[in-house]
Amino acid sequence: MRVVVCIKQVPDTTEIKIDPRTNTLKREGVKGIINPYDKNALELALQLREKHGGKVTVLSMGPPQAKEALREAMAMGADEVILISDRAFGGSDTLATSYTLARAIERLQGFDLVLLGKQAIDGDTGQVGPGVAEHLGIGQVTYARLVEVEGSRVKVHREGEGEVHLVEGELPLLITVTEEINKPRYPSVRGMLRARKAEIPVWSAEDLGVDLNRIGLQGSPTQVKKVFTPPAGPGGEILEGAPEQVAAELVEKLKEMRAI
Amino acid sequence: MAIKIISEACTGCGECLEVCPFPGAVRMVNEKAQLTDECTSCGACRDACGFEAILFDGDVERVEREDLSRYRGVWVYAEQDHGSLLPVSLELIGKGRELADNLGQELSVVLLGSGLQAVVDELSHYDIDRLYVADDPVLTSYRSEAYAGVMADLIQEERPNIILLGATANGRDLAPRVAARVKTGLTADCTGLEIEAGSGLLLQTRPAFGGNIMATIVCPNHRPQMATVRPGVLPRTGPNAVARDVDLVRIPCKVTESGLPTRFIQVVESVSKRVNLPEAKVIVAGGRGLGDAKGFALLKELADALGGEVGASRAAVDAGWIGKEHQVGQTGTTVAPKLYIACGISGAVQHLAGMQGSDVVVAINSDPEAPIFDVCTYGIVGDLYQVVPAFLAKLKENKQQQAVS
Repeated sequence: MRVVVCIKQVPDTTEIKIDPRTNTLKREGVKGIINPYDKNALELALQLREKHGGKVTVLSMGPPQAKEALREAMAMGADEVILISDRAFGGSDTLATSYTLARAIERLQGFDLVLLGKQAIDGDTGQVGPGVAEHLGIGQVTYARLVEVEGSRVKVHREGEGEVHLVEGELPLLITVTEEINKPRYPSVRGMLRARKAEIPVWSAEDLGVDLNRIGLQGSPTQVKKVFTPPAGPGGEILEGAPEQVAAELVEKLKEMRAI
Repeated sequence: MAIKIISEACTGCGECLEVCPFPGAVRMVNEKAQLTDECTSCGACRDACGFEAILFDGDVERVEREDLSRYRGVWVYAEQDHGSLLPVSLELIGKGRELADNLGQELSVVLLGSGLQAVVDELSHYDIDRLYVADDPVLTSYRSEAYAGVMADLIQEERPNIILLGATANGRDLAPRVAARVKTGLTADCTGLEIEAGSGLLLQTRPAFGGNIMATIVCPNHRPQMATVRPGVLPRTGPNAVARDVDLVRIPCKVTESGLPTRFIQVVESVSKRVNLPEAKVIVAGGRGLGDAKGFALLKELADALGGEVGASRAAVDAGWIGKEHQVGQTGTTVAPKLYIACGISGAVQHLAGMQGSDVVVAINSDPEAPIFDVCTYGIVGDLYQVVPAFLAKLKENKQQQAVS
């Protein structure tokens, strides 16, 4: 089975803090990591390969330093990793990104399953997976927490609104996964040695033969008009004193407001 | 290159360095700003630059403008599940009405499914101008390919200006597939939607970069302008006493079973109905400041004493201290209880976006600089492991007094 996993290198957003004096993001020491949900997708791909044989190819679209994420993917066990990188891709929104990734997947020697995380933790849109499926013209199942493959049939448990659904599909298929599906493995020592030495191929816009009007900023219908830190609220009344004292004061205040 | 620095205009003031959310994306070389490969073209520096030295390529020239004025009307995708309308649909109708009135255009609702007569009757009591209905057995259960096919065909035929969808599991599955098919822009999980005066563009505001800051997104040269909104973010609109004379348009479903790659089989599990955050009157929520999973036992005790539910920040859920069904925020559940008690929660933008509708907010945090204090009604700077037990004791005392009197 040929499985393609698309991963994104993201800033570790849980480490990002706002500087209260300047109201800007503190950037120092925030490292790039593989989007956690994409790691779940990679783990699923590796498990499927262990069960059914085949090959796991990992793609990432991003700047040159995304090679680090691909090295980690290789250390975890990916057979092949490819970086899709070109200044011409800069400024891509989810539509341009999904178009570019789909063209890259079509350039591979065939595929059965395309896997991604349910969303990236920096953008949180979850739009690239369905976009790739549409551009490839294949079926999709999002928010999978269990995936089983038998021949060309795929069984998926999909997280709906307060329910889990059993959905069946036919390969080729694109699936996005949630963190419930598995616990990603750690890289092996052998894998890390292999990854360190590996030459990572880089595919440019020209290599992909993409329509230049559909990539980068030019191919992105959405534009960021403004980025801002929300204005701080007026701030509440700060209660001060020993814990017993403030607790008593709080109970009185909440009673007054009929909140308790 | 997507963003340009006009070197002659750059004064080296460093403002762009201050606002850039990405480490190392801008640097100063000989007192001129320079972009590196880390730049994601987010545009934060362009807005901050006081010298018009930073521009999008698109600011310089925009080519191929389609005649956008042919796209008219606001659409709301009304999600239903086997004949019952999801509340988020009614939330979107309220916002859709406002946007349509603002533009002087019509509000239409799109309804897809099977056996929909009851939902059609229900919707005719709302303030909408037109209702498109595709009622077909092939649409009985949600499936990406079937629903996207019907939606995309209808869009290409009717050319709406704006489409709003609920950011449910199905809405977030459907919207990007449709947007990719009709080749337009889509903004996920908006917390603010308004029409820009003059341009008439839809201003779509959402938390970005892990929910640490806000971004306003526009889709200037493509139509329709598509956006999703999480359930609970917008106020629900109420029905009219009498049904309106809604223009009912039955649309044909060209999709057939044989061409579809996926099939809904059954519901296998109902999850986490035991945590009902949207309906809770009181929520006691914990964050990273709890230090470990055990802290939630204390919060549960407080929540029980107040007849409420336990909530959590993304940091606490990511740390594995509590299940994600407890998560409050933009990527969790949006809540608006009478009382929200935030314990050890710093108040990231994405968390605030999910609880700011609460009537009374109490914040307990040891860091006096925590942003949560900006949105609270009452704040207590201190160790939650001292404050919460003291608060619990006073609550019990208070209850006993009430019982006596």
